[in-house]
Amino acid sequence: MSTEAYVFDAVRTPRSKGKQDGSLHEVKPVDLVVNLLNALKERNPGLDTAQVDDLVMGIVSPVGDQGAVLPKTALMKAGWDTTVAGVQLNRFCASGLEAVNTAAQKVASGWEDLVIAGGVESMSRVPMGSDGGAWAMDPQTNLMTDFVTQGISADLIATIEGFSREDVDNFAYQSQMKAAAAQKSGYFDKSVVPVKDMNGLTILAQDDYLRPSTTVEGLNSLNPSFTMMGEMGFDAVALQKYHMVERINHVHTPGNSSGIVDGAALVLIGSKAKGEEMGLTPRGRIVATAITSTDPTIMLTGPYPAANKALAKAGLTYDDIDLFEVNEAFASVVMRFIKESGVPAEKVNVNGGSIAMGHPLGATGAMILGTVLDELERRGQKRGLCTLCVGAGIGIATIIERV
Amino acid sequence: MSEAIRYEKDSDNIVVLTMDMPGQSANTMNETYGKSMDECIARLEKEENLAGVVITSAKKTFFAGGDLNSLIKATPEVAQEFYDDSMAVKAQLRRLEKIQAPVVAAINGAALGGGYEICLACNYRVAINDRKTKIGLPEVTLGLLPGGGGVVRLTRLLGLEAASPFLLEGKQVNPEGALKAGLIHELADDADDMMAKAKAWCKANPKVQQPWDTKGYKVPGGTPASPALAMKLPIIPAMLKSKTKGCMPAPEAILSTAVESLQVDVDTAFKIEGRYFTSLATGKVATNMITAFFFNLQQISKGGSRPQGFDKYTTKKVGILGAGMMGAGIAYSSAMAGIEVVLKDISEENAQKGKDYSKKLLDKAVSRGKMTQEKADGILSLIKPTANAEDLQGCDLVIEAVFEKTELKAAVTQEAEAQMLETGVMASNTSSLPITGLAEASCRPANFIGLHFFSPVDKMPLVEIICGKQTSDEALAKSIDYVLQIRKTPIVVNDARGFFTTRVIGTYVNEGLGMLAEGLHPASIEKAASLAGFPVGTLAISDELNLQTMRNIRLATEAALKAEGKEMPKTASDSVIDRMIDEFDRAGKLAGKGFYDYPQGGKKTLWPGLKEAFGAGSKEIPFEDMKERFLFVQSLETVRCMEEGVIEKVADANIGSIMGIGFPPWTGGVVQYINQYGLREFVARAQELADKYGERFAPPALLVEKAEKGEIFE
Repeated sequence: MSTEAYVFDAVRTPRSKGKQDGSLHEVKPVDLVVNLLNALKERNPGLDTAQVDDLVMGIVSPVGDQGAVLPKTALMKAGWDTTVAGVQLNRFCASGLEAVNTAAQKVASGWEDLVIAGGVESMSRVPMGSDGGAWAMDPQTNLMTDFVTQGISADLIATIEGFSREDVDNFAYQSQMKAAAAQKSGYFDKSVVPVKDMNGLTILAQDDYLRPSTTVEGLNSLNPSFTMMGEMGFDAVALQKYHMVERINHVHTPGNSSGIVDGAALVLIGSKAKGEEMGLTPRGRIVATAITSTDPTIMLTGPYPAANKALAKAGLTYDDIDLFEVNEAFASVVMRFIKESGVPAEKVNVNGGSIAMGHPLGATGAMILGTVLDELERRGQKRGLCTLCVGAGIGIATIIERV
Repeated sequence: MSEAIRYEKDSDNIVVLTMDMPGQSANTMNETYGKSMDECIARLEKEENLAGVVITSAKKTFFAGGDLNSLIKATPEVAQEFYDDSMAVKAQLRRLEKIQAPVVAAINGAALGGGYEICLACNYRVAINDRKTKIGLPEVTLGLLPGGGGVVRLTRLLGLEAASPFLLEGKQVNPEGALKAGLIHELADDADDMMAKAKAWCKANPKVQQPWDTKGYKVPGGTPASPALAMKLPIIPAMLKSKTKGCMPAPEAILSTAVESLQVDVDTAFKIEGRYFTSLATGKVATNMITAFFFNLQQISKGGSRPQGFDKYTTKKVGILGAGMMGAGIAYSSAMAGIEVVLKDISEENAQKGKDYSKKLLDKAVSRGKMTQEKADGILSLIKPTANAEDLQGCDLVIEAVFEKTELKAAVTQEAEAQMLETGVMASNTSSLPITGLAEASCRPANFIGLHFFSPVDKMPLVEIICGKQTSDEALAKSIDYVLQIRKTPIVVNDARGFFTTRVIGTYVNEGLGMLAEGLHPASIEKAASLAGFPVGTLAISDELNLQTMRNIRLATEAALKAEGKEMPKTASDSVIDRMIDEFDRAGKLAGKGFYDYPQGGKKTLWPGLKEAFGAGSKEIPFEDMKERFLFVQSLETVRCMEEGVIEKVADANIGSIMGIGFPPWTGGVVQYINQYGLREFVARAQELADKYGERFAPPALLVEKAEKGEIFE
């Protein structure tokens, strides 16, 4: 590798319910990004925007408010130098981390020196599925690929792994407790940038999706989300493929699945030389990235093979990793990763995850990279691994190391 | 004047096109039609002051649809030609609907398939209100799609969801139903009224366009881009697949065509429809289904297995011995066909219970408005319940449906023969006892025959007719006539233990239980059957049949064979059944526990104990092997039946297997499955299965011989 890719900074918006009664519904997705671009400049006074090669952002539904290359639009609106380009990419839930990996690869290749990665998703403004697509919407494609919605896949994983409703609810409870404790202790303050209006008034200062008052009993009382659509036909499709499973145990509810929220994140990545030139201090180094894919019907089993691939590339083992961020798309996804990899649960999502704080699709990958970096610094530990399960079976992973 | 369509212009400048294809009882979409329609349209396009066009038929029906003789010949090699031809048919109808004058379909009789597609290309549809007239697009039932623009036009006419039952299930309706569903616009009392209404509409609507050619047209229910439909779209294919199990390409292609057609203009949509139509028509499943459900069935209903030289016989009075479930069902089906029925049991009370079964079914039909009370009363009055053998006097057919005990059957046979007409046919509804043996009790063994009905009789369309050694051709001819008379489908087999259907389905059940003994996962075993297209898995079937009953039959057969000095071949399922009964006390559904648990009010679930009992799930084999084992084992047994002369006609084997024992319809039946697989390929695969799973898969000599000669089963 010709150049190392360093992380100089990471910022994110707070997350809030991605519905019309969410705190960020009044904020346009472009402004979520403009806010963060402004923050990056403020936090890094040496940053000369003319030196930035590109802004790479994950956006899963890049239509309407989020269409027409939103990253470039945000750069223009934020008044960054006209030489900064901007591109939007979509790899479903991996998009934010894919943006980080792409930025790191641009830098590592030596062809670019300073790239901002990130992602944005205003799920309240542009609901999931707004971009259509042949996979779900074209019957021929849908039929040929055994399409099911992710909730069915998550429930299939729970069924195959023998995770009961109690197991997944307990996991969700832990996520809520860890996130609440971390927020209370100020662990997120380093990276969360309040969203402000044009007058400088604060719209939202910190994540407000969390439910610290969650109880196991409360979680147990929720109705499973995917029973009905399962019975309508999705279960049959999944079970035609997973023929040794007699029936799917529907255990996932809104309480133990990731929350639908609005949010954005940015990560400043560059070469050591470019950093030094502008007086930026490297906080971490991208050690390895990996992308892979697994069976599209069970769909959410990508994290383990992706992590394996990244570790192999880095010449590391699970024991070499201090902290893991495994996106909590659904409880069963993370529980399966823990089971497969054998890593101690205490090392995984130490400050909670998407079940407690929400999963703004295109942004989450970039968010958890910042979260793990903050926590490694706070704990004085060395390496972290971020991974997400992704639509259509994709898995993605990134290993980061403090410097 | 074209060859097949009369062209007549009246004084109001309205042209009536009367389809009347020479040498055919019905109009069909063949070359003659194409040529004639071309000529008519060309002439219409040149007409000056044309005030309207009315299309009707001089036949009893309006139009019968596509020409299956040519459709079945379509193969991937001629795909381009097939596609081009199908597009030509559509181009013609497109010209028709764009003629600068109102075009009306005057539907004088059945308009199915291509017939209704012609109607769809008209601006207005008037039908004579005859309850027996059928309107619809049944193509899907033959593995096809309406390739004359039917998918595109009906989807645009009704919307994706409302069109679904007609396109995906081939639902047919009478004119009243068609009016309600929006398939037609108006009803007429008779032919004159129909023509008057058709012409009146032309006069009232001189300027008219098809809805889809009209500016501002919006498809009912919205396009795939509209939120209401977009929300449902991802799950619609899953809903379909949960029914078809992925075995049926036609409904999948129809759904795809319908959705895709709404995303483009009509003319582009026709191309998409043409491509899917070509893929279905040149594919194997359509060939299989047309073979079985058109050609085989036609052969059977024309009496393909009926001996020549006997006049068609109409049974007038049938005696039924035993008013249990089977007897009661046979009584109902016979009375429905207007035959006088004597339903005899040991007490009049029992016999009355059997008659009450008919009453229940008839009451239901009346309450649903499908039959008048008067007609129901008439049918019911045909059934005479009795305990008195003398009431059988005058019967020209007696069917015994008593318990499967040879002595009992002998006694009732003799009792009946003493009363019935000497020329009458004496039949046994046994499902397994050899007919030749039962005929020994008969004083007229030439008149003795097997009529094997399936349960429930009122729903199952098949009757397996079994000829004993001494059964006469005349008795067989009369029996076939009777089965057709009660509107069921007869297949003819020769006498052997288990006949044809029972013997073949036995191999299916054995295979499934054998897989369990091998340590395969029970859920996979059931799923393999289901995904191969079988309606019920082998473990579920065994629970329904009851394991104790299965063992009793086995023991009886064993004893009978022993008496003949033969030994019963052991199968893998024997010990599974024995252990389930003796070791685990789980005899089946009746006992509330078998291979499944039957929780009260809940769905059945596989008994978790199977894992420990049989090491279920300890072994895995390719899933495709599991599916093919279920199909192959029955096809191979059928070839052995053919070798032994148990069954002779391919049509009988195909239809018997689909209608009697649930062999998957997509295969076209137990023999067509071999033909479509390719005999050489089938032999090679059978040998492979034999090497892996046992000698029962070894290809029989007849099969190998035909494969080597490059023949198929015909």
